[in-house]
Amino acid sequence: MPHAASHTTEEHHEPTGFWSRYIFSQDHKVIAIQYTITALVVGFVGLFLSWLMRLQLGFPGEFNFINPNNYLQFMTQHGMIMVVYLLTAILLGGFGNYLIPLMIGTRDMAFPFLNMLSYWIYLVSVILLLAAFFVPGGPTGAGWTLYPPQSVLPNASPGADWGIRLLILSLAVFVASGTMGGLNYVTTVLQLRTRGMTLMRMPLSVWGIFIASILALLAFPALFVGGVMLLLDSLFGTSFFIPVVNVLGQQLGREGGNPILFQHLFWYFGHPEVYIVILPAMGIVSDLLSTHARKPIFGYKAMVISIAAIAAIGFIVWAHHMFVSGMNPYFGFWFAIATVIIAIPSAVKTYNWLLTLWKGNLHLNTPMLFALGFVSTFIIGGLTGLFLGNVIADVPLHDTYFVTGHFHLVMGVSAIFGIFGGLYHWFPKAVGRMYSEALGKLHFWVTFVGSYLIFFPMFGEGFLGLPRRYFSFKGIESFSPIIHDLNVFITIVALAVGAAQLLFVFNLIWGAWKGRKAEANPWRATTLEWQTPTTPPPHGNWGAQLPVVHRWPYDYSLPDAPQDYIPQTTSQRS
Amino acid sequence: MEKPSTLREIITDWASDQPTFRMSWGKAMMWIFLLSDAFIFGSFLAAYAGARLAATGPWPAAEKVFALHIGHTEVPLLLIAIMTFVLISSSGTMALAVTYGYQKNRTKTGLFLMLTVLLGLTFVGMQVFEWTKLIHEGFRPWENPMGAPQFGASFFMLTGFHGMHVTAGVIYLLIVAIKALRGVYDRLGDYQNVEIAGLYWHFVDLVWVFIFAFFYLL
Ligand code: HEM
Ligand SMILES: [Cu+2]
Repeated sequence: MPHAASHTTEEHHEPTGFWSRYIFSQDHKVIAIQYTITALVVGFVGLFLSWLMRLQLGFPGEFNFINPNNYLQFMTQHGMIMVVYLLTAILLGGFGNYLIPLMIGTRDMAFPFLNMLSYWIYLVSVILLLAAFFVPGGPTGAGWTLYPPQSVLPNASPGADWGIRLLILSLAVFVASGTMGGLNYVTTVLQLRTRGMTLMRMPLSVWGIFIASILALLAFPALFVGGVMLLLDSLFGTSFFIPVVNVLGQQLGREGGNPILFQHLFWYFGHPEVYIVILPAMGIVSDLLSTHARKPIFGYKAMVISIAAIAAIGFIVWAHHMFVSGMNPYFGFWFAIATVIIAIPSAVKTYNWLLTLWKGNLHLNTPMLFALGFVSTFIIGGLTGLFLGNVIADVPLHDTYFVTGHFHLVMGVSAIFGIFGGLYHWFPKAVGRMYSEALGKLHFWVTFVGSYLIFFPMFGEGFLGLPRRYFSFKGIESFSPIIHDLNVFITIVALAVGAAQLLFVFNLIWGAWKGRKAEANPWRATTLEWQTPTTPPPHGNWGAQLPVVHRWPYDYSLPDAPQDYIPQTTSQRS
Repeated sequence: MEKPSTLREIITDWASDQPTFRMSWGKAMMWIFLLSDAFIFGSFLAAYAGARLAATGPWPAAEKVFALHIGHTEVPLLLIAIMTFVLISSSGTMALAVTYGYQKNRTKTGLFLMLTVLLGLTFVGMQVFEWTKLIHEGFRPWENPMGAPQFGASFFMLTGFHGMHVTAGVIYLLIVAIKALRGVYDRLGDYQNVEIAGLYWHFVDLVWVFIFAFFYLL
């Protein structure tokens, strides 16, 4: 389209001043880094909160400043921060921003100004989120699922007045920011691909981020609507979600609300949300595995189709979170079936990763280790998901530590591994220097082994019936005594793993500052971002001429090729 | 040789290295935004259905609540009918503005845009009137004299959220109209932005039809 093409060349004069270059920048690479750093900082707040919870669970009674109320508040903020403000923000806002334009060969996003706005609005949502610690009553303690009635009824849970309102406001602002970002990512992928970059030549990272952005645009609305209604229930005394409630023998003046309605709205958002974070991670891991195993990805088309299938089916499984909610039991049957069906494309992806590795020439550097870690935690987490997707097994396991173990491994740790792998992999390109491999490997091994030691025992605790969202199990005789020992053990490991993340921070800061200068293409990778004229890529990414793509991104180790990789920009085999 | 199927051709076309949709970036983005916004309204309507089905109090009859007294006769839904008519007419004037935009006719485009703005304002004005009337009659988000409290809650929520869309649309169209009249699009040689604004406006009208059907008629 001539109209569109003229845009790209005309509107790109490089900004000069410090402010327009690094702070109010409209360059997708700078915005990506802003998103990444902000998300990591909030992520550390979330990590710190998990320490506090673990201290309480491991050593109940030792830490007087933790009481049942603020345990629940820490838990809620921890869950919300990790899922929304860390994972979603870093994968879409961070990786999406950095990778999409570079990998599909364009100079920037379709709407750079909107892109910048998206970041600043995200920052506002983060500030609102953290401000909840300073309002009367503190943040809400209703759990990250915010279920009414207890999330809005006075005294039913901590923070039921200002905490919950602030959180809803923050989420609404986040939805606005995510929508601006998502519109940009989707439009850019659809309309701005460079010559030769057909859809089926896009790297899987772009596919994952692209589909996840569509999911975000279609799933956030339900969260927004549920949030608005919850806010009305809280602020104006409407009764969308509040049935007749008796508190200490007194009937509140509410009637006829439908609390399960909120659960439907929440999980209509909540389940796709887990795919919003896992699909980009899957895409990134696919690219890392192929690059560092020096092998073409196995079953590219099947990978793309299964990403799309997971996304589509992901919209009709939400009520598997609600088997014991009191909804019509016939629903359970349908949602259990859909949940088992979604395991099929997930399994396809897993087999394809394993087959990609098969007889590969594995380079076990840090990004590769994290990618392998992802595959392992995704398999274990996914298998335990099959238990929970099954109504019969879910009834006793629901709301036990089995669930906590499951979602931490399959979405928490897996997504984090994808992020770590991606950060190490693209660090040399984004910063122009290398991180320390030795420190990176140490970081990996501590985190990998530690994550299993933390979350695997939780499956056992769950089988023993230990409920989640409990402040303390002290004095409850019916639990096996082994639970106490397990909890002490988990806490000690969790403290160590948390501390080990400082290795990562140190590695990146030290690398950016003192690290060895990176080559343009240290991993000998094929995708476009490694073929930029300078490292880090200049403003506008490509210099005078846009790259032209001649092949798919996975030409590794072709027989009788001169090198073991052929960049996407190379036209012939020689 | 086998003739390739049409479906296959469409897919190949879409997946090629050209823009997937043959339109400007701005227009593509507006379509995607509207899809997302449609999900918001869809969720609102579904949630309203859920709330209405669960409500324990009797659901007030809309034709009674929204009746106007003219002389001594009670005309059900009169105001709503006029509002609907106004909004649908505004879609017509918007379509004309877009057509004149294609012909690069500066004055007529601007004129019909302004007319659309006026109709939009009329709609918002009538909505304000309707809200005031109901509030006088004791309707609140948390209670109302006619039955289930969820009725008032849903009413203020649905029409409020839609009304905010109309208001935003009025401001948006006003800006586009001023730009058109000032000749900004003439200088650009391109009236795209009128068309993009039109997409938004038609969407908001369409949503009203659903609210009208599901809230006022059912
Ligand atoms: C070392 C890392 C982590 C540790 C030690 C940890 C620990 C915990 C603990 C102790 C709980 C509360 C369990 C309960 O009382 O029921 C919890 C809840 C939760 N965590 Fe983590 N967590 C970690 C990382 C993550 C990550 C990366 C995610 C991202 C998905 C995450 C998401 C959640 C969620 C969604 C909840 C549920 C909150 C709720 O019940 O409302 N966590 N975590
Ligand atoms: Cu789910």
